[in-house]
Amino acid sequence: MGQPLKPIPDTSIFDLRLSRRGRRLNKMCEALCSPAEREAFKRDEEAFMTRFSLTEDEKKLIRTRDFKGLIEAGMNIYAMLKIGSATGNSLYKMGAQMRGESYEEFLKTRNISGAV
Amino acid sequence: MGKIVGGIGLSHVPSVGPAYDRGKQQDPAWKPLFDAYIPVREWLAKLKPDVAIVVYNDHVADFPFARYPTFALGAADSYAIADEGFGTRPLPEVSGDADFSIHLCEQLIQDEFDLTVCQEMGVEHGFLVPMNLCFPSTASGWPVKSVPLQINVVQHPLPTARRCFKLGQALRRAVESYEEKVKVVILGTGGMSHQLQGKRFGFMNEKFDQWFMDELERNPEGLAGISHQKIMEEAGAEAVELIMWLTMRGALSKKAKRVHRHYYAPMTTGMGLITFED
Repeated sequence: MGQPLKPIPDTSIFDLRLSRRGRRLNKMCEALCSPAEREAFKRDEEAFMTRFSLTEDEKKLIRTRDFKGLIEAGMNIYAMLKIGSATGNSLYKMGAQMRGESYEEFLKTRNISGAV
Repeated sequence: MGKIVGGIGLSHVPSVGPAYDRGKQQDPAWKPLFDAYIPVREWLAKLKPDVAIVVYNDHVADFPFARYPTFALGAADSYAIADEGFGTRPLPEVSGDADFSIHLCEQLIQDEFDLTVCQEMGVEHGFLVPMNLCFPSTASGWPVKSVPLQINVVQHPLPTARRCFKLGQALRRAVESYEEKVKVVILGTGGMSHQLQGKRFGFMNEKFDQWFMDELERNPEGLAGISHQKIMEEAGAEAVELIMWLTMRGALSKKAKRVHRHYYAPMTTGMGLITFED
């Protein structure tokens, strides 16, 4: 029998239960792999979210660029990179927010912060 | 006769793609990484492989979570460059070897690895960054043919490290039973330590990474017993990609010798490199 995964502090473990919860969000992000869909998102974010049947809570997380909240709502980190790109938020900017730091503060914690 | 002549374990950090495309090889922040691959490419030029089997994971570019295969093998003569949400990189289409892939599929499935077989497949940074570093393309294409082997290391439940190692052993048997003369290098990609979400974003553990490379070299059978839990706790949730290095190692013989080793951890990922000649 497999051992169930144990929670790890300050860490999201993306399993099937979380993936199912984040289904709408992840499906919307997956669509952003198409240039036409990226344009559609940028043109009318609200219509785009409605098309993917996001709940009001999910829409709020997108509107406020709440990356920590999106992960908790079941968005996969690699799906989030796509919405980050479409909204001008790099991985490191999203990461700084998830750590509760400014981007500048976060960069100071890195070994070689020029390798971006 | 098919023959595995070498194996490479290496990270596939996405930011290496744009750094490569923008010619940042001499940029002081990137130079240590790119320079580490100069002797690797010289070594590969002497080995002259015909095919690279690239063990990688798709980051929700070509495989959506609606259908996310545990093991997927490419069986085509070419693979498109996938758009993973940031535009398609200016790279030539990847050349495949469908006949060789079909042979691998037949052997592996006979050997009880029930793969998803892909006659169309787009490849993204998990595959492309290692290829950029080891087998850079030119306007006329790529210097080797490729077989992409995609493993789910993203959506738990994942295959165990041991299962990935055994897949490597089965791959070796499959390669060696190929009637055509083909020299194969196998790349195990991903990792090393990194976590890209939660408050622990940016977590790295060089001590773990160096230990993993030590064990990969000296005690691969033992290392194959490592749990996902241990990797994620000690090296970050996304470090679990490292189980793909065990597929590479499983495909090598006991007499395989380590040739190169390098480590560089500038931003949020421990970028490891280890090569073996077989």
